[in-house]
Amino acid sequence: MAIEVRIPTILRTYTGGAKSVEGSGGTLDELFSDLEARHGGLRERLVDDAGLRRFVNVYLNDEDVRFLGGLGAPVHDGDTVTVLPAVAGGAS
Amino acid sequence: MLTVSAELHSKIVAHARADHPDEACGVIAGPAGSDRPERFIPMLNAERSPTFYRFDSLEQLRVWREMDDRDEEPVVIYHSHTATQAYPSRTDISYASEPGAHYVLVSTRDADEAELRSFKIIDGEVTEEAVVVNDAE
Repeated sequence: MAIEVRIPTILRTYTGGAKSVEGSGGTLDELFSDLEARHGGLRERLVDDAGLRRFVNVYLNDEDVRFLGGLGAPVHDGDTVTVLPAVAGGAS
Repeated sequence: MLTVSAELHSKIVAHARADHPDEACGVIAGPAGSDRPERFIPMLNAERSPTFYRFDSLEQLRVWREMDDRDEEPVVIYHSHTATQAYPSRTDISYASEPGAHYVLVSTRDADEAELRSFKIIDGEVTEEAVVVNDAE
């Protein structure tokens, strides 16, 4: 079973520079735990005590996982998960 | 140093003025590794706020995929401050996640004069850089 996970520039330090890594799992949560086994520290950049980190966008194929159940979103063989840090800021 | 054409410079300022009093935001894409801003991509501010901006998540996915397909990267990420100076705030610094980009700030606090400055933000450190406006193109 293989799910492609596309990694943004700023997180490639956890993947040895790779733009894309593979993992497996039945949910996004399981997939991230699977990735953590080979890319230590990556999960903490994506997940905090409340679930998916607020300013990290995670997409399952073409959809934002916030609308698919967040960490509980089911994932399947052949899916592509894309991670993009949110682009945001403000006056203070 | 950020080198940008006069046309792109005025497009950034015009976008900031048009969205005032909300913060405006966008990207200028360029060929990967070239450090040349070429393709102007104004973005929706999903927060629609005078004090916060955030790219709409699905629009960001579309734009990032498009840049990837075209072998481009975000050379400039710009946004405006509507009542404060054109300098990165604490939140700007903490959310800066494209270490290769030039972070351009425009202040629209003055109705007549827009202030545009550029910065590198890497590992939480801000370094201001010169903005060279190139009239030749």
